[in-house]
Amino acid sequence: MSLAKAPKPDQLTQIDYHPPQSGWMETPVRFKPGTWCYAAPAKNLKALGMPNPREWQVSDADWKLPPNWKEIILNGFRERLEKFRSFRLFLDICVRCGACADKCHFYIGSGDPKNMPVLRAELLRSIYRRYFTNSGKALGRLAGARDLTEDVLKEWFYYFYQCTECRRCSVFCPYGIDQAEITMLGRELLNLVGCNIHWAMEPAANCFRTGNHLGIQPHGVKDMLDFISQDIEDRTGIHIDVPLNKKGADILFVAPSADYFADPGTYTCMGYLLLFHELGLNYTWSTYASEGGNFGLFISHEMIKRLNAKIYAEARRLGVKWIIGGECGHMWRVLHQYMDTLNGPADFLEEPVSPITGTRFENARSTKMVHIAEFTADLIRHGKLRLDPRRNNHLRLTFHDSCNPSRAMGLFEEPRYILRSVADHFYEMPENTIRENTFCCGSGAGLGTDENMEMRLRGGFPRANAVKYVKEKHGVNRMACICAIDRAVFVPLLEYWVPGVEVTGLHELVGNALVMKGEKARETDLRGAPLQVTEERQNV
Amino acid sequence: MNIGFSLFVVFALTLIAFVGAGQMGWQALFGVWIPYGALLVFLGGVVYRVVRWAKAPVPFRIPTSCGQQKSLPWIRSGFFENPHNTWGAIGRMALEVLFFRSLFRNTKVSLENKRPVYGGAKWLWLAALTFHWTFLVIVARHLRFFTEPVPLPINLLAAMDGLFEIAVPTLYLSDAAFILAVTYLFLRRVAIPQVRYISLAADYFPLFLILGIASSGVCMRHFSKVDLQKVKELSLGWFTFQPAVPEGIGIIFYIHLFLVCSLLIYFPFSKLMHLGGIFLSPTRNLANNNRSRRHINPWDYRVRVHTYQEYEEEFRERMKDAGIPVEKE
Repeated sequence: MSLAKAPKPDQLTQIDYHPPQSGWMETPVRFKPGTWCYAAPAKNLKALGMPNPREWQVSDADWKLPPNWKEIILNGFRERLEKFRSFRLFLDICVRCGACADKCHFYIGSGDPKNMPVLRAELLRSIYRRYFTNSGKALGRLAGARDLTEDVLKEWFYYFYQCTECRRCSVFCPYGIDQAEITMLGRELLNLVGCNIHWAMEPAANCFRTGNHLGIQPHGVKDMLDFISQDIEDRTGIHIDVPLNKKGADILFVAPSADYFADPGTYTCMGYLLLFHELGLNYTWSTYASEGGNFGLFISHEMIKRLNAKIYAEARRLGVKWIIGGECGHMWRVLHQYMDTLNGPADFLEEPVSPITGTRFENARSTKMVHIAEFTADLIRHGKLRLDPRRNNHLRLTFHDSCNPSRAMGLFEEPRYILRSVADHFYEMPENTIRENTFCCGSGAGLGTDENMEMRLRGGFPRANAVKYVKEKHGVNRMACICAIDRAVFVPLLEYWVPGVEVTGLHELVGNALVMKGEKARETDLRGAPLQVTEERQNV
Repeated sequence: MNIGFSLFVVFALTLIAFVGAGQMGWQALFGVWIPYGALLVFLGGVVYRVVRWAKAPVPFRIPTSCGQQKSLPWIRSGFFENPHNTWGAIGRMALEVLFFRSLFRNTKVSLENKRPVYGGAKWLWLAALTFHWTFLVIVARHLRFFTEPVPLPINLLAAMDGLFEIAVPTLYLSDAAFILAVTYLFLRRVAIPQVRYISLAADYFPLFLILGIASSGVCMRHFSKVDLQKVKELSLGWFTFQPAVPEGIGIIFYIHLFLVCSLLIYFPFSKLMHLGGIFLSPTRNLANNNRSRRHINPWDYRVRVHTYQEYEEEFRERMKDAGIPVEKE
């Protein structure tokens, strides 16, 4: 379903928060077009050695499950109860207070009660009770237990691929129950019997082979970076030779592949390139580790590890000292919370020290990977960059906190500090919708595919509405973010809900404002749009 | 059905005590053996559940960050909202356990002119906090039945609790607040359609049971009074392991006691174990120091990866043509 075919905003906002008459166990899942993602084709599963590769589709009556699918699921369930304290605990201690219910963007946008995080978790809990607790075995329905059937499995599929693992519910839960954890493990179970989605599996298969989600081969990566470099020269007069797979570089730079693949990510990429060039940084990109993102996060813990391994491996091969990571949300969930555990220790690297300011990034002393917003904020703080914020005067900006850097890191002030340094017109969205309360784009966790458009628009509704608020109040025309999925999916989302607001990466704004040695007088921003400050430009 | 069933069970329990300790005269059973058994089940059950959770490893460090991270020295980090060390994590847990920090964030969404607005919704927090704290005060007050002489702090607590001297014997404020809070928690469960939709028998039953315990307790204190000296004789007997059941305590006491025993027995096998569980919650009890201290996954295993050599093997010619350095020329 494309944007054109999606229901109109007036229809989508007819949201009824009243649950149906029938109890949730009696209400069967309805696969409405526009609200689910296509199944993964066999070739991608084969490429990754995943179970039950076959051609099937979600709308088929027969999902071609293996004959012993139930046994596989229940064994997988038991195994995960023993391996993850979080899993058993989160299944056990929920009191169903409902505090999480209206915190989910999918619930707010759809009114479907099974999108309340508590009920999404009950989909698994009911099976847990039935097969793994005495009360559930003895009392059945009365204890909230139910049998595992194909319909239950389909319901899992529908709703675990209607959760973007954004963790907003876990901020509000009095016990910190994290639906992202439930969804991740629920999806792991589905993957055991081959129930997975194309939009997660194809990027993973691509990434495994070519090093990036988009399947761009090494020469393609070079072409794209060269192309971007050419654009940079046109707009700034600066010539940049992009270092690629360079041994002896001090720093490996890893960005989400979308940043060198498609607009508006490419403008963020220009920002990276300009910044590193101006600093004279001895760094390199890699074609092998050409993806910071990790769609393994949307498949299984094992797949996270398999795809993530290349970053440290490449850092070791190239002999760099440490690593900088670009602007990407779920990428940083993995880098911050999983990488060191899964593929560390990175004892062959050095504790990151900025070669420009001498700042020691103590918070990254084990992982040896620094977020580019941390790196740049430090540069600005030490006065190492000449910035002319007026070059962003044509933009009235707001900032969208991406879910993972917010709720799995706490990266709030670094991007804001940068934003205020490179632009004069910055307006926050309302308190309840930013920082740890930020609302998801509605398209993360592998759900950002066109056939799922209605659900994406619904999920993105709370965020878009907050953008609309600052647009009406402050005339905001550009939303900044630090996530590649955001940069891809917010374009149609805002076009639908808040026409007239564009999307930008943080380092695009840095690239606009950066006053560089040997640049020509800038008449346009990095997108080629005319600046509003060219005549009265002064030295800064 | 869930409500009716839960209510029925609580009535049935009351009736069992009424008949058992009353008509049948099994006071030793209801006054001594069931309480002993309930206490054993409670202690054993709680330990079992906590050990069972604790035995499962925490493979990844997954705190939910609700404040600024500790990164650059000039950026102030949220010490409790996003702790970067164990002290911060302890502080965060203390805020959760003592003040229900996360529940305090609660908001309520509503649509106004087809746009979501997020209003304050602190009643749930207030009722939950009141309920838990007054429960603690009430349990602490009951210690006067188990100690002789009664320690000063307990007497002080009771004196403060009955400060306003409403009625004789004085009405404990904690009792009143407790019943109000439990009633609110029940009413919101029924009145809010979404919460009613997700509620199980396991959500109503403990509320009714606790309400039954509270009302039988209040009833015993203010209306159908029992001989407190005899009650104390009995309770002191439990702890000296010389239990003797005094004659004529009054049936209401046995009902109260039996409902308490039911709660103790039910507790370890129910959601009420959130009492122990919250301390083990990995999104709350871990410091967000992921990048500065490596977390070990005890069951980590090797996985199949695509090595650089395999990668170069496939793309070498194209890499060379494009001028990208390769390992093997």
